Amino acid sequence: MDRSNEHIVRAYDRSLEALQAHIMKMGGLVEEAILEAAEALALRDEELATLVREKDAAIDGLERMIMDEAALTIAERQPMASDLRVILAAMKIASNLERIGDYAKNIAKRTGVLAQMGSIEDAGNATRRMARMVAVMLKDALDAFVQRDAELAEDVRQRDLEVDQMYNSLFRNFLTYMMEDPRNITACMHLHFIAKNIERMGDHVTAVAEQVIYLATGTMPEEPRPKGDRTSRSEHV
Amino acid sequence: MNDMRPAERAVTTKDIKFECRNCDVYYGDTHAIKDVSVDVEDKTVTAFIGPSGCGKSTFLRCLNRMNDTIDIARVEGTYLLDGEDIYDKRVDPVQLRAKVGMVFQKPNPFPKSIYDNVAYGPRIHGLAKNKSQLDEIVEKSLRRAAIWEEVKDRLAAPGTGLSGGQQQRLCIARAVATEPEVLLMDEPCSALDPIATSQVEELIDELRENYSVVIVTHSMQQAARVSQKTAFFHLGSLVEFGQTGQIFTNPKDPRTESYITGRIG
Repeated sequence: MDRSNEHIVRAYDRSLEALQAHIMKMGGLVEEAILEAAEALALRDEELATLVREKDAAIDGLERMIMDEAALTIAERQPMASDLRVILAAMKIASNLERIGDYAKNIAKRTGVLAQMGSIEDAGNATRRMARMVAVMLKDALDAFVQRDAELAEDVRQRDLEVDQMYNSLFRNFLTYMMEDPRNITACMHLHFIAKNIERMGDHVTAVAEQVIYLATGTMPEEPRPKGDRTSRSEHV
Repeated sequence: MNDMRPAERAVTTKDIKFECRNCDVYYGDTHAIKDVSVDVEDKTVTAFIGPSGCGKSTFLRCLNRMNDTIDIARVEGTYLLDGEDIYDKRVDPVQLRAKVGMVFQKPNPFPKSIYDNVAYGPRIHGLAKNKSQLDEIVEKSLRRAAIWEEVKDRLAAPGTGLSGGQQQRLCIARAVATEPEVLLMDEPCSALDPIATSQVEELIDELRENYSVVIVTHSMQQAARVSQKTAFFHLGSLVEFGQTGQIFTNPKDPRTESYITGRIG
């Protein structure tokens, strides 16, 4: 059996594998949370929204577990080179995933409120499309993590531009609805926070992708990432 | 990637202390060092790492001609200390070793008093005009080696009666007493406990203000902690030489990666 890429101390391999397995498990739960939160919103499914809120505890628990495992492995093995980068990347990826989980939970909370209100045409579908895009990006970022695929990670990083653009257009739509009819304001405020949450998720997925690039190449990507969120500069529609 | 502690580790525009070019060493038929070229910078700690038998100690011993004492050893290549060839016929190896001091793996104090251990070098090289000057050198050296406070009241006691860590620091005091320009350390901490190891590492960090230090170590963590430049040797060849931070976080050669991460390779 070829063991050339394994550590002499097998327990070290097992620790690193466990750490990465937990990242993948956490990533899977977060991906589910994104999709289910968007689904609950689009279908006004309060039951599903409650489920998303409850699942967040498992995501938080995994983050704590990953931090404990990382700390223990550092103490036991004093990792070097690529091993060190795996652990550093895992720690940062875990905290980014945890934040994404929080945003999904927040979307689920607002879904409960929105379900009581009149619908804003197509907003649910648009946010669901945006959320699906972020979920695919996350899946690809995690695949890139397992494969140490810097190219795929860079691709994910570039795709965040599309998420930003979708957010821009939603932002403008919501402004229009609010100006058309002040009774839309409450719902649109919630929907806007939801869209903003998804846009922030995209940023955290980008941060995950950047950690994968660091892990695979040893350097953080230097060229600035394209930024498409221009809403901070818009005064009117 | 950038170095881990850029402020502390700025190693730009350093003078080259030792310039070694195309160095080969043979022990009889064994080709122990194969075409190694390394620049050792002044006021810098350079670590040599690599598995047992990779040639790192052999190469270290070339830097003060310790291999001269081995009959079957043959040393080839250029070794320039401040631009001068240390293997030139006119160079006296004893004088060279005063300039290029050495500390060994096992503490080896002379079976003499603590005082005489340190005073030995300055005496044979005539560095002190009188007793009070010699006293000064002994005290200064012991202070530099961070052992003065522990031995100042028993300088006449035998050096061999000290603990292992104290003996090693005594040997370092002995090595710095002749005001060397380069200090070679061959696994100076391998026989020491963690506290004595920390004391020696702190000492190495202080020494680099005045000296160029070359350390051979089996502890990757030690190399990462104390050095600014690291050279990885494998099977007699120099595989990779670079900034310590880069070697330990992002080595370029897969052989370096395998070795420092503890892989079978």
